[in-house]
Amino acid sequence: MNDRRYPEAAADRFEPPPIAFTDREGREVEIRAYDGSEGTDEALVSMYTAFDPSDRAQGIPPGGEKRVREWLEAILTDDCLNVVAWCGDEVAGHATLVPDGDAYELAIFVHQTYQEAGVGTRLISGLLGHGQAEGVEKVWLTVERWNRAAVSLYEKIGFETSNAESFELEMALRLNESEDEE
Amino acid sequence: MKVLCGIGGSDDSLRALERTVDRAAVAGDELTVAVVENPDSDAAVEEVTRRAEEAIRDAGIDAEIRRVEGDPGSQLVDIAEREGFDEIVLGGGQTSPMGKITIGPIAEFVLLNSMTSVTLVR
Repeated sequence: MNDRRYPEAAADRFEPPPIAFTDREGREVEIRAYDGSEGTDEALVSMYTAFDPSDRAQGIPPGGEKRVREWLEAILTDDCLNVVAWCGDEVAGHATLVPDGDAYELAIFVHQTYQEAGVGTRLISGLLGHGQAEGVEKVWLTVERWNRAAVSLYEKIGFETSNAESFELEMALRLNESEDEE
Repeated sequence: MKVLCGIGGSDDSLRALERTVDRAAVAGDELTVAVVENPDSDAAVEEVTRRAEEAIRDAGIDAEIRRVEGDPGSQLVDIAEREGFDEIVLGGGQTSPMGKITIGPIAEFVLLNSMTSVTLVR
């Protein structure tokens, strides 16, 4: 079942976090790796409970604080890789790599207030830089095919469509050369 | 209500089976369970049939179990329309490691092609 195709060549190098920049609205934003602190967890819960349900994709983030906490608990574990975009003490966005066999599934969320300001591009680059540094080889994601903004972002980063046969488009990226393959 | 529940053995289809059987026990639905061959599921047709028999017995209802051969999606749509079912019930999709819901090809085909109302069980 899991015979996803990945690009043959590994992607370019991505800069690992921390990455500080000024977004297109003039806000100071910093991308940092998830630190596991309670303060960070609460700031993430705040962002997700305030998340516009119309920006939900395939059921995530879930609605309601209880479900948000359950979902975050599952993806903020030690075997997942998480990065957070901070604007002061506020979470502007969050991106995650969740292990799936020999690959990782990627998802990225930018709060509505911070969309269309260049945060998403920096956030996903930061996540992939973090993943590269940690030796992650293969990354895949699904995206709703009507979500052109997201699809272009993923294409710009180097993702290639690996399955276009279902509702959601599936895209894949090779971050590092595999050790077991030529 | 005359209900056709299609199951192929995936976890979400077995959840759909349980809910449909429970509902039938309360609402008095006339239930038919169609066991289809889902290429994405490892469960054998015999095993899936046994699960359906068990669920029906446990709920204390009368329901028909039917093995459906051939393309699952189109067969379900066809049976529902030909035999005047009011509703098709299917599993509501699997979740990815991330928690994203993905709808399988059978449900996708039924949703897009069925003139009968479709319920996806979550």
